[in-house]
Amino acid sequence: MSRFKTKKGKESPGINTSSLPDIIFMLLFFFMVSTTMREVTVRVQQKMPEATEIQKLERKSLVSFIYIGEPKNSKIYGTNARIQLNDYFADVDDIQEFIAQERQARDEADRRLITTSLKVDGKTKMGIVTDVKQELRKSGAFKINYSTRKKVEKK
Amino acid sequence: MARKAAPEINAGSMADIAFLLLIFFLVTTTMDVDTGITRKLPPPVENPDEDVDVNQRNVLKILLNSRNDLMVDGKRMDIALLKDKVKDFMAIHPDNPDYPEVTTRYIDELGKEVPASKGIVSLKNDRGTSYDMYIQVQNELARAFNEMKDEKSVELFGMKYKALLDKNKIKAINKIVPVRVSEAEPEDIGGN
Repeated sequence: MSRFKTKKGKESPGINTSSLPDIIFMLLFFFMVSTTMREVTVRVQQKMPEATEIQKLERKSLVSFIYIGEPKNSKIYGTNARIQLNDYFADVDDIQEFIAQERQARDEADRRLITTSLKVDGKTKMGIVTDVKQELRKSGAFKINYSTRKKVEKK
Repeated sequence: MARKAAPEINAGSMADIAFLLLIFFLVTTTMDVDTGITRKLPPPVENPDEDVDVNQRNVLKILLNSRNDLMVDGKRMDIALLKDKVKDFMAIHPDNPDYPEVTTRYIDELGKEVPASKGIVSLKNDRGTSYDMYIQVQNELARAFNEMKDEKSVELFGMKYKALLDKNKIKAINKIVPVRVSEAEPEDIGGN
């Protein structure tokens, strides 16, 4: 009569992995909610200047981006700062059309809430930025945001 | 005939599928929050030749040249001093000809008149100014106005501007301390 079973010969039970998909799905949903899709391939250098008095951009769907900077592929496109709208390089003259397109793409009620975010490389000269701003004024896109990084304050 | 129980679906590969999706999202999305300095551009001027008559003492002229030097009211200045200069300029100094004129403005939210400075900060930059420097200056200006808002808010409501929840109070502060930064019409001066 043996009260205790001998462990000999018995394999340890496998770990139950049936909840693993649930855990992974949880992670997946977290990432889906907290991140945004990368919509355009940025072809210009983007090292934003730093600032302390920054605000978050609310309602990302109402933000249109204009990228300005030195082209990443400087062998083909040279080292002069260029404007990038959507996926392509553009000229200053194309901005009004771009703004009109961005307006068309939004709901009528939201059109006046569109913010134009200027993502400009820190090394860029103001000349091109001023030109862009003038075009934005002409096309009536008055709300702009100079994209910057948060400066870590030194104590 | 005895009914057989439906065989269980093997869910072992579910985790793999979920992993695949997860990795796809990790690769295609970005997590960075877009932050920046928000500004409002003025509408285009109809007659560029028409000069708006502004009393010279009401304007704080900030100039940025192509070598990123800063000049405030005709004197060269270090950027570290700019914030205090702007705050000092925009503060209320009644009957002092060195500072902007003072008027009173009626604030609906408070139901009383408050003194208001007529000062304007005018920012002018060259085409050759670097964007980095320009943002530094914009940042200092924003800092000056934010600090003034904070001070006013503490004085009136006993808490900082960011901590205000009442919309009327926020409106009142914004009316008492308006961000009066004007950017000059660009001129072609200096080379690129």
